[in-house]
Amino acid sequence: MDLSLSTRTEGDRTVVTVGGEIDVYTAPKLREQLIDLVSSGKYNLVVDMESVDFLDSTGLGVLVGGLKRVRAHEGSLRLVCTQERILKIFRITGLTKVFPIHASVDEALAATD
Amino acid sequence: MPTVEVSFTALPAHVRTARLVALAVARRAGVDEQILDELRLAVGEACSRAVNVHQSKSPADAVVMRLTDEQDRFTVEVIDCGPLEDAVAEPDIDLEGNALSADGDTAESLPDLLPPGFGLAVISGLVEDVSVTSDVDGTHVRMTWPAVDVLAPGSH
Repeated sequence: MDLSLSTRTEGDRTVVTVGGEIDVYTAPKLREQLIDLVSSGKYNLVVDMESVDFLDSTGLGVLVGGLKRVRAHEGSLRLVCTQERILKIFRITGLTKVFPIHASVDEALAATD
Repeated sequence: MPTVEVSFTALPAHVRTARLVALAVARRAGVDEQILDELRLAVGEACSRAVNVHQSKSPADAVVMRLTDEQDRFTVEVIDCGPLEDAVAEPDIDLEGNALSADGDTAESLPDLLPPGFGLAVISGLVEDVSVTSDVDGTHVRMTWPAVDVLAPGSH
């Protein structure tokens, strides 16, 4: 399974829907996507990971990189994830404290800090 | 002697293959389904690390993964030809303190990679029985999980 990526605009936020496996091979594609969005002025991102089957530390690194980029523009990067096997790596690495993680895209779109 | 040994060119594309092989052999060895997700992640981290080490140190050499099915346990050993220096480095993530100002040129130059050693830290968080050893030839990451002895009487 490869990585699938699609984006759509919801108000002032951009939803990035990710599917498949995010690993050392596919992570650069996600990285490019996030860089492209920030370059085109999209600073409030919601990354929907409900269809992600696998996420490793390389993928985490890309998400951290995305978070740093949007923060540089006072933006936000919210994650949508309810899958235990994906959430586990966020917990192990302590990144649950860094990323706002939501149970649905609607919840992420409605969220404010 | 290992049950299955896989040797692959140090390319990111092959890490997925290594994960799939490890998963298939682990399942056959009787590793509990509940553990397979963490096994897949841990094997992926170990192989990604090895690929990164080889790409910077000796891209022509293959990464080796040995899968050994012993009676009541299953061992995955990933062997690279690099030194342990990044293995011993403690991950040091400073995200909160590092919030960037919007006026810099920093966004483009930010590294996406988490610190070296981060993958091993993830493995340590996932796997109880793990050892990382290094000698002149390289680094061995060895991870062991319990498995059902499929040959034992009454195990079926």
